Amino acid sequence: MEFKDYYKIMGIERDATQDQIKRAYRKLARKYHPDVSKDPDAELRFKEVGEAYAVLKDTEKRTAYDQLGQNWKSGEDFRPPPNWDQGFEFRGGDANNFDSEQFSDFFESVFGGASRGYEGQAQREFHMRGEDTHAKVEIDLEDAYQGSSRTITLKKSALGADGRPYLKEHKLNIHIPKGIRQGQHIRLAKQGGAGMGQGEAGDLYLKIAFRSHALYRVEGGDVYLDLPVAPWEAALGGKVKVPTPTGTVEMTIPENSSSGRKLRLKGRGIPGKQPGDFYVVIQIAMPPADTDAAKAAYRNMEKALAFDPRAHLEV
Amino acid sequence: MTDKNLLSLLTGEIVEEHERLTLAELCQICEASSERIIEIVEEGIVEPQGENSENWQFHGLCVGRVRFVLKIERDLGVNTAGAALALELLEELETLRKQLRER
Repeated sequence: MEFKDYYKIMGIERDATQDQIKRAYRKLARKYHPDVSKDPDAELRFKEVGEAYAVLKDTEKRTAYDQLGQNWKSGEDFRPPPNWDQGFEFRGGDANNFDSEQFSDFFESVFGGASRGYEGQAQREFHMRGEDTHAKVEIDLEDAYQGSSRTITLKKSALGADGRPYLKEHKLNIHIPKGIRQGQHIRLAKQGGAGMGQGEAGDLYLKIAFRSHALYRVEGGDVYLDLPVAPWEAALGGKVKVPTPTGTVEMTIPENSSSGRKLRLKGRGIPGKQPGDFYVVIQIAMPPADTDAAKAAYRNMEKALAFDPRAHLEV
Repeated sequence: MTDKNLLSLLTGEIVEEHERLTLAELCQICEASSERIIEIVEEGIVEPQGENSENWQFHGLCVGRVRFVLKIERDLGVNTAGAALALELLEELETLRKQLRER
């Protein structure tokens, strides 16, 4: 298990004041909040920062963490010294009551015996009806085009007969409705938490995300493809074969197309009441000048075309 | 977990395409109290149809906005007005990005 340097994660000195820690957290949380940031690692960073803050904002946990010693380096193989936390009294510390889904193994091994997990996960009021649960599911773009069925495995913590929490696997075979978009939620009635007594089970909400695709980019209902074309295809126009999620189509490249030009196939995006569009973005690919013949062809072009791409720069 | 259980195919509905959600349903989906939702409505973040909270009807698209506001409030320590501002600026950013892509 890797040692986590919480101070380094938050970019602060070990002697930072509690106020400095709070300010550093607020700044980083704004920067890496997955709903705000475009950074591909945002979610990971946000979790890491949240974990670091959960320890450092709590003076008890911070003192205990500091006790571990300052000689550990971030990423170093870490094993907590036996009984290192003996004599530390944590408030509200039920043994083994931790939220293992939220934080790293490192956090768990150090604070597993003490933490009650993340502040945001407030205890819900008592209800007869079971709790609604939320989970994220990644699907392929093709699933949204055609609809499909997928078996998904969700992990949730459950309380065992011995009163200790453990990770329980929950397997479901679900229908992915045609036309679903990134960020939308599927509600599965009565697949959430079990009800109390005669109460009904809660609902399960699945938030949909698309796995990144080798060819296509998705923006809402619209789907984009970068299409490489030869310089003469772009200049003279022509018919080319283009892959789309619903099969290959033939498209006409208009003459004098420049790189970045978008060609729209209306209604060929993700289907739905308001179907999205499919965009082909032209990318002019240059043939390499790696043979005498190719070099000669480029020289002929230079002679034949009075072309100055930098004319507007006036140099 | 039996195989029989695995075989049954569960079909759900897309929340965002739901055109009429009551206040109670929205509370349930967003894991929020009705007081919180009313505050969010008063801030003008979502606009239900209907004169009073008993017959309010929300479009499914409100779910994303409400959940965003609740999450931002919790994670970044801003108040409802601040979260609403963040939401509007992000939407504007998204519109501008879209315009840029379509040029």
